[in-house]
Amino acid sequence: MCFNAKRLSKLALGPVLMLLSAFALANPEVNQVNMAPGVTEVGKEIYDLHMIILGICVVIGIGVFGVMFYSIFYHRKSRGVTPATFHESTQVEILWTVVPFFILIGMAIPATNTLLSIYDNDDAELDVLITGYQWKWKYEYLNENGENVSFFSNLRTPQSEIYNTEAKGEHYLLEVDNPLVLPAGKKVRFLITANDVIHSWWVPHLAVKKDAVPGFINEAWTRTDQTGIYRGQCAELCGKDHGFMPIVVNVVEPAEYDDWLAGKQAEQAEIAALMAQEFTLDELMERGEAVYQRNCLACHGANGEGGVGPAIAASAVATGDLSGHLEIGINGVPGTAMQAFGGQINDVEMAAVITYQRNAFGNNMGDLVQPIDVFNHKKGQ
Amino acid sequence: MGDHHHGPAKGLGRWLFTTNHKDIGTMYLWFSFAMFILGGAFAMIIRAELFQPGMQLVDPAFFNQMTTLHGLVMVFGAIMPSFVGLANWLIPMMIGAPDMALPRMNNWSFWILPPTFLLLASTLFMEGGAPAFGWTFYAPLSTTYAPPSVTFFIFSVHILGLSSIMGSINIIATVMNMRAPGMTYMKMPLFVWTWLITAFLLVAVMPVLAGAVTMMLMDIHFGTSFFSAAGGGDPVLFQHVFWFFGHPEVYIIILPAFGVVSQIIPAFSRKPLFGYDSMVYATSSIAFLSFIVWAHHMYTVGMPVAGELFFMYATMLIAVPTGVKVFNWVTTMWRGAMTFETPMLFCIGFLVLFTIGGFTGLMLSIAPADFQYHDSYFVVAHFHYVMVAGAVFSMTAAVYFWLPKWCGRMYNEAMGKTHFWISFIGFNLTFFPQHFVGLAGMPRRIPDYALQFADFNMMSSIGAFIYGASQILFLYNVIATIVAGKPVSDEKVWDGAEGLEWTVPTPAPYHTFETPPKVDPAHAHS
Repeated sequence: MCFNAKRLSKLALGPVLMLLSAFALANPEVNQVNMAPGVTEVGKEIYDLHMIILGICVVIGIGVFGVMFYSIFYHRKSRGVTPATFHESTQVEILWTVVPFFILIGMAIPATNTLLSIYDNDDAELDVLITGYQWKWKYEYLNENGENVSFFSNLRTPQSEIYNTEAKGEHYLLEVDNPLVLPAGKKVRFLITANDVIHSWWVPHLAVKKDAVPGFINEAWTRTDQTGIYRGQCAELCGKDHGFMPIVVNVVEPAEYDDWLAGKQAEQAEIAALMAQEFTLDELMERGEAVYQRNCLACHGANGEGGVGPAIAASAVATGDLSGHLEIGINGVPGTAMQAFGGQINDVEMAAVITYQRNAFGNNMGDLVQPIDVFNHKKGQ
Repeated sequence: MGDHHHGPAKGLGRWLFTTNHKDIGTMYLWFSFAMFILGGAFAMIIRAELFQPGMQLVDPAFFNQMTTLHGLVMVFGAIMPSFVGLANWLIPMMIGAPDMALPRMNNWSFWILPPTFLLLASTLFMEGGAPAFGWTFYAPLSTTYAPPSVTFFIFSVHILGLSSIMGSINIIATVMNMRAPGMTYMKMPLFVWTWLITAFLLVAVMPVLAGAVTMMLMDIHFGTSFFSAAGGGDPVLFQHVFWFFGHPEVYIIILPAFGVVSQIIPAFSRKPLFGYDSMVYATSSIAFLSFIVWAHHMYTVGMPVAGELFFMYATMLIAVPTGVKVFNWVTTMWRGAMTFETPMLFCIGFLVLFTIGGFTGLMLSIAPADFQYHDSYFVVAHFHYVMVAGAVFSMTAAVYFWLPKWCGRMYNEAMGKTHFWISFIGFNLTFFPQHFVGLAGMPRRIPDYALQFADFNMMSSIGAFIYGASQILFLYNVIATIVAGKPVSDEKVWDGAEGLEWTVPTPAPYHTFETPPKVDPAHAHS
């Protein structure tokens, strides 16, 4: 990325454009310089607070720096001035203690009001449980009648873009495989927690940022009438791939949301059906490769050569006893970065990825794992 | 003590066994500069990786080690020891004391530092790498999910705390017991006042930090669950304990800087400091408030709204005493007869940039707005305005201001001014654009970023390289001064300088004020 004329002109116009535009169209904008008012009422209130306090600071700053620079220009020794000798003035000192105090009270009132609306989690029409994992998000739609819909949301940007072997796409690092889909115009309550370390769920355009803390369930909420795609990122350092767990929220019309939800439910039913199926080695290898790239590659390397985690190629686990391999895949290795994937990927995916690990990267075990084996292993615990 | 006027011992033993406050001050200053270069090198690696989107130089795990070590080394290795070094050199000379009250402990509190940082730096070469959980080391990332080197990190923090506590006790004992006759509390130079208050803060919060890391140690090695939710513990407890230390810590860093600026601005304005009494009261208020605002670092952690409101109001209040200080400095300059030698330039730089950092601090105190600012680059910009343009600029000013008194030689003024302007431009180029990317949504501590943030990040990196390079000029200027600077013999060095340290010969002899000086009432609280 280098500077060019177009970018530079955008840079110069950036502040003007941002002040003029009611809200940002893309998020974030190229060379955006200010907070986006976003698409929610609370977001606009926060934006207003931000602009007011910024304005107050700018005015005080102009005053203080104005006096200072006046002094620097006129009260310099080279102009032959004799220094004054005063060193206190009770009146002035009281004045500049009391006046800021009242400015602060003026600021605290609207800030308190906005804070109270941020904390007003009542009367939500939809509850979504958000769980942070190293390094992805899980969304679960809590449904009072029928099955909950739940899925993981992973970074979609390929390693080739991150490691500069391919050109980077428009939404580089801010794109996921499964976005969170929300209905427009409805109050949605988020219940936010984490599975391992602390994460933080932040979508600037929804003005929601809340820490995901293991053992706690935090609440936050949003409501917007404006359909569109809103992008954010994990905001709390959560380990190696903290920079690679984006959030994408797709706000759609309620009817479209209902269709999407029905589709997701059907998908889950389909997966349930797949559980009973027998797969061939080729089918498992094909599915397994995709699962590997999504879940294992970050730590174990593109060719199973290892990295943060141990190598899989020629490893004792992947070329050893099958049930030992399943055990690590399903329950993880406590105290290490190896998570329990049993609750994160379904049995078909688990069967496929274990098979893949045992038959790829030069491993040649020839054995294959069926979903039912995974199911039985879990039962046997 | 046969020879009352003995000079320094010969050879390495002089430095290893010295109990002389000037020698120990010198060692602290050189050590902190070495750490400043080391922490700066880590920063250069961070900015080089962030020069462009995509991963180029380091992997994400190493990047996290760099951000962690950069923060730890700068806070505990560079800034804090540098002000302790300054305190060692100046406090006895400012209050008319022959040395620090506890000279042997003084030696010890310095000499445990270098091995500690060696230990901390050695974690880079350990299996699993150095600590990678940020300088705030939030559990459980720093416990259950930490690399094995975390144990060495915990040990280092314990020793650093020990060193700080010993240093602080020494400063408190010196200021309380060794002031020259007539040097009442309200006549002490403001640098001594700010350090006295800082020392009390250190003694109060360093044990809290030690408690936090001890609980970590227990969780990691002895099966407790202080911070592990799975065992019934509470990860948020860690943050409360950490920030109960951490917030006073930022004032520990900035209060001595206030003291330095309060000495230098009057000297070059040729006019007494405006509002000495209110400066003392403001510093004390800031110190008090620092104990009741810690959770403003945790607005998004899920506190009850009542707690959120309390911490917001308390935090906003800090703007009042801080404002008083800034107004006092500006009024000190008002109708003075100013000249703009390098120390004054750095102090004006401090005043402008620290005030900007204070403004963003006020913005961050507004809890609802903080939901958008928190953990973004806006915060990174904010604390570098107060830490670098605040603490480091004032420290640099202090070195230029007192160096001629210390070594009897004048630094190169043109080179000093060049250093200031390159630093000032480099600093702003680095950190001003970070406000923009933060507001636009870039989280802190990420090794790679979306394309929209690319231009400002590139600017930031260029600025950082400029700022980093300007420190080499500083080092050269200081060494050139010590070795071959133009000799100065005038006791005052600067015509506007006031205070007891300017009444001793230049360069300051190895022992000063063996008989207490007479405090001239006219020179009260310069």
